[in-house]
Amino acid sequence: MTGQTIFFKNKPRVIAGYSIVGPKEAAGPLDPYFHKRLRKDDFGQKSYEKAECKLHMSAISGAIIAAGLAPKDVDVNIGGDLLNQIITSSFSARELDIPFVGMYSACSTFGQALIVGAALIDGGYISRAACSTSSHFSTAERQYRYPLELGTQMTPTSQWTVTGAGCTLLGKEGGNVCVESATVGKVVDFGVSDANNMGAAMAPAAAKTVLQHLKDTGRDVSYYDYIVTGDLGVYGSRLFLELLQSDGVNAAEKHKDCGEMIFDKKQRCPQGGSGAGCSSVVFNSYFLHQMRAGSVKRLLLVPTGALLSKLSSLQGETIPGIANAVSFAVEDVC
Amino acid sequence: MLAVYLRVFLVGGIVCLIGQLLINLTKMTSAKILVTFLLLGVVLEAVGVFDAIKEFARAGITIPITGFGSTLTKGAIEGAKKNGLPGALTGGMQAAAAGLSSAIFFGFLISLIFKARTKV
Amino acid sequence: MLSRTEYLKLDKKIAPKSKEGQTLFLAFVVGGLICMIGQGVNDLFKLAIPSADEKLLGEITSTVMIFLGAALTGFGLYDRIGKFAGAGSIVPITGFANSVVSPAMEYRCEGVVFGVMCKMFVVAGPIIVSGVSSSIVVGLIYWIIGLLK
Repeated sequence: MTGQTIFFKNKPRVIAGYSIVGPKEAAGPLDPYFHKRLRKDDFGQKSYEKAECKLHMSAISGAIIAAGLAPKDVDVNIGGDLLNQIITSSFSARELDIPFVGMYSACSTFGQALIVGAALIDGGYISRAACSTSSHFSTAERQYRYPLELGTQMTPTSQWTVTGAGCTLLGKEGGNVCVESATVGKVVDFGVSDANNMGAAMAPAAAKTVLQHLKDTGRDVSYYDYIVTGDLGVYGSRLFLELLQSDGVNAAEKHKDCGEMIFDKKQRCPQGGSGAGCSSVVFNSYFLHQMRAGSVKRLLLVPTGALLSKLSSLQGETIPGIANAVSFAVEDVC
Repeated sequence: MLAVYLRVFLVGGIVCLIGQLLINLTKMTSAKILVTFLLLGVVLEAVGVFDAIKEFARAGITIPITGFGSTLTKGAIEGAKKNGLPGALTGGMQAAAAGLSSAIFFGFLISLIFKARTKV
Repeated sequence: MLSRTEYLKLDKKIAPKSKEGQTLFLAFVVGGLICMIGQGVNDLFKLAIPSADEKLLGEITSTVMIFLGAALTGFGLYDRIGKFAGAGSIVPITGFANSVVSPAMEYRCEGVVFGVMCKMFVVAGPIIVSGVSSSIVVGLIYWIIGLLK
């Protein structure tokens, strides 16, 4: 490890990616890139928790099928979600018959799962890992906020939890996209306490991780085609760029935010999306598609997470953030 | 008649406008807003000015949750005057029984019939 | 990089704000309308039951309004009103009904006893506790004043 950054010697490959989303996400601008869209977000289940579990499972099996493999070909499923005791991931693993490693770092779980999967493959311990995360608007809402039918207004900084699940299948070989390096983030708390302003709570963690990554790798922002944050939202992205700017780094032209991209301005969530599923559905659909096609050659994915619970907020704690950076490259620049 | 409804609309509207102002300025949640206005009703009743406002504004002040606070307090005061200590304890709930019981019963009934729906 | 204090200052300065005028206007209009409906219910029952005193009319009115709030919540309409009306639909008694019914509906999946019955007052609990307690305190004060006289 150099600083906080791991360089993968054997360059684990992205064998396949799969994304499945709810109706609101499918009505957004990224619709053409998703692999599967639900017409109703209860997915025919009795509760939204069960629906999210089915989403998660579908993403994993979708990725395995897309790679032309069977569950027995996957050595480990590294998965996480937002629900208490990560029931979504573990209950979906119950059905899948694949060895399971549960993960949690809120909405940056996808980054954490990719790092662990890539490291296990790079070290030669396993040959394939399915890295999956999910979130669901209606399960997150009741766990973190209010009942669905309660007549409250969204505050101007609140984001909309993405209903969706994504899975990236990593392996020793296969496909033209590789995982080149990764920076493990530190937990950063700048004292933001408003649970409806998560973009602001996570922006410092994202900025620190990106700066550390650039330092450890000796790279410039211009090295990457895109620096993609997970779910800072419109306002969080602005703060993120301001923070980088205050350190002399101008990333405005290279920066994209999955939360900002997934919804349209007209979809009544002006700040965009959030959730553990947000970065994974956008990466596995839009960005993976662009890399496969060769129009994006180097990409730094930085899923961001707000590590709060309902209890910590009530006890007056501020909101710590975390961000993990994973650098992807297409074959010829690997 | 029309004047009454106009006064109801104006006072009720202003009460809600103050609530919105509190939400915008302090990011209060709906439960805190309700508690604040309920306590406002309790205080107005306790110092004895609620009836005067009600005379003027009618439903404009009784339909907002301030009315619920006033009902509770009025009951407790009347109970205290009539039956002393036990009256002070039981009067409020007795007076507010209609609102409370109906909220509980309708809430229960509705939850058995309808399912919470996801939002878009 | 910006220090913690500088960052919080920046956040306070550039954070997007609510559209003050629009939200206040909508709260005013919707709140006013709900109160007018309440007055209408009151007046209708006054006509229907000429012998009813003001107290009974008040009780009937709140029951009807609570029923309306509960039913609109059941049909999934109250939260839509709340989205644009804000305090206009929170402060009236219908908003209290909404805060009782919405958690009851939400936790139906966890069963009737431990879901609906246990969770019914997760939002409205503070309203009952503070209202009942403060009214008892006022009652006690009046009782003591009565004793001193």
